[in-house]
Amino acid sequence: MSSQPQEGSTLTLARADVTTAPVVIEVRQLDKTFRIPEHRADTIRERATHPFAHRRYRTLRALRDISFDVHDGEFFGIVGRNGSGKSTLLKILSSVYRADGGRVRMAGHVAPFIELGVGFNAELTSRENVVLNGVIMGLTLREARRRLDSVLDFAELKEFADLKLKNYSSGMLVRLAFAVMVEADADIMLIDEVLAVGDAAFAQKCQDVFTEKRRAGKTVALVTHDMAAVQSFCDRAMLIHDGELRYIGDPEEAALRYYRLNFGGATAPIGQPHDGAVPDVNVRVVDAWLEDIAGNRTDNVEQGQPIGLNAVFEARHDLERPVFGFHFANADGAAVFGFNRTLSATADEPNRLVRGQRVRIAGKIDNPLLPGRYFVTCLVSRDRPGGDMALHVLRLLSFVVYGTSPGPGIVSVPADVEARVEPWQPR
Amino acid sequence: MTDRAFELREVKGPSALGGGPRRARELLYLLAATEFKRTYSGTALGYLWAVGRPLLLFGVLLAVFTQAFRLGSKVPHYPVLLLLNLSLMGFFQEATSAAVSSIVDQEGVVRKTKFPRLVIPLSVVLTSVFNLALNLIVTFVFILAFGVSPRWTWLLLPIILALLLVATTAVSMILASLYPRFRDVGALWTVLGAVLFYATPVLYPIQILPETLRKLVALNPLSPLFELAQKWIINPDAPGPAAAAGGYARLLVPLGIFVAVCVFAAWFFNREAPRIAEEL
Repeated sequence: MSSQPQEGSTLTLARADVTTAPVVIEVRQLDKTFRIPEHRADTIRERATHPFAHRRYRTLRALRDISFDVHDGEFFGIVGRNGSGKSTLLKILSSVYRADGGRVRMAGHVAPFIELGVGFNAELTSRENVVLNGVIMGLTLREARRRLDSVLDFAELKEFADLKLKNYSSGMLVRLAFAVMVEADADIMLIDEVLAVGDAAFAQKCQDVFTEKRRAGKTVALVTHDMAAVQSFCDRAMLIHDGELRYIGDPEEAALRYYRLNFGGATAPIGQPHDGAVPDVNVRVVDAWLEDIAGNRTDNVEQGQPIGLNAVFEARHDLERPVFGFHFANADGAAVFGFNRTLSATADEPNRLVRGQRVRIAGKIDNPLLPGRYFVTCLVSRDRPGGDMALHVLRLLSFVVYGTSPGPGIVSVPADVEARVEPWQPR
Repeated sequence: MTDRAFELREVKGPSALGGGPRRARELLYLLAATEFKRTYSGTALGYLWAVGRPLLLFGVLLAVFTQAFRLGSKVPHYPVLLLLNLSLMGFFQEATSAAVSSIVDQEGVVRKTKFPRLVIPLSVVLTSVFNLALNLIVTFVFILAFGVSPRWTWLLLPIILALLLVATTAVSMILASLYPRFRDVGALWTVLGAVLFYATPVLYPIQILPETLRKLVALNPLSPLFELAQKWIINPDAPGPAAAAGGYARLLVPLGIFVAVCVFAAWFFNREAPRIAEEL
């Protein structure tokens, strides 16, 4: 049974009213064409022996007639398949490529993050690299030096500040590079797939930072494949396909259309992990949180104490026989346990949700988890008319289990097992 | 959140000096300093090498050319003239050969960030300027030690250095912007660089050449710089550029080449800069 939206339920992911804010990125009729040599004449000999080789260029229209505005304080998603032109767009905004036609205008200090740690030099200390990287990312030398301490603090690498980068582990490198980005403090941040690197814990750190940047009113344009990120962070999103703007507006809708493009509408894709499942956007997360035994919201759970799981979803369209699957995974991404729930059946209500209706998930879960960080993923599936089902994967929550007994394995289970000395039985 | 003006400014894309002069200056300094540090990092003596290397190198050269070859026995102060010439020409060669692949070497920065393109070849030249400065200090110690007395014309050295810097920068810009598209430039420049080295009065003073050869060498735009260096620093009796070339009118040729190379470098780099990221 679906519950109606409750008065007073806080909307932690409430989207700011940004459309009235001033425009900070203005793109008009943007065109970009690449000339791709079919046979690349790299040497003059090749040119000499094939003097007309340069005529064999294939032109690729990476972007055509793209126009959009991004407003101050907006978190703007740019989605599309590989080769759709979304990264090219970001590179034009970042002044890496020059547009062939159209106009781009921006207001404020812009920092592009196409890759983490650009310009890092293995022979320099992390202190020197942070300054170098900061300046490359658009800070002045003075700003970069002033932020040095906070960068090293954020990266938790203060005691390694004078160590050469070649002696860093790859994890330390990513932390350092990410810290530079976090501290760059631009008005407009252009970010390309940064989330794609690192483990689950790093992805969580990215999420925390994005949440923080949103709250601070930064404008962020994020190029990504990760629809969960689009749905949870973006105020608006645009979908690019074959260099053309296909949709701009509601992030759920953009994600939905992205899925449709990727999986070709009604026909179920071959070889997908979930048999006969078509990705779709089924619900929107209104809120999700954990409670301790006293009923207070928390991010941390004591080892052995039950986990109070709570979530409110809103149906994005009519859902037939929806199933809510919850997966708990540890920081390595390994699934620890999970369970499914269908709508609690009542005799007079059909097992379906109408668009806009809300579902409240609530209950207590026994906690067998050992201390560490955990992630909750929710998979919302529904029956589709064709007989297959539509699946929607949402990254829901992350939390920490704290306690003192690390124990072997990944869970501790109650075990009624004892070791007793056998009565002496002489042979 | 602080109040700020929401004035939209046109994003023109990458260029030779996009992002303003201050940013270009700071990046130039950081890149050159990084490269300079990198050269001596990991060595036991560290920056001592910056002075120690030219010192040792000059010692070897002096031994070879004064003891083994006795090439300059009739040229006054030949050993120190050689050191001065090699310092100057070494700068040109070091900078230009490092500049060839400089943009390709900095691929990450060019393709992943907003970066003024011109800073890359300039930083290579600047790193070589650091080395040249140290070499010149060592050279002048030798010059004094070999009994050349200081003259007011020593104060004119900055003119030679400025012209050499301009020529080096121009050639570096051309090579750096050509290389992403034509990788032959790398091999070609090692050969051309050697030709240029021998066609410039570095190992030999201009006055020992027979007249026809001398007039030919004098057409090389780098030659007048070395003729001036000899005349102003070491030997005031040496022929100046006009005398070496056989008249002021003939100096128009190296001057014309010099100006043409500089103009071409500026035009060509500016033309290539916006598209360089796409060529990598």
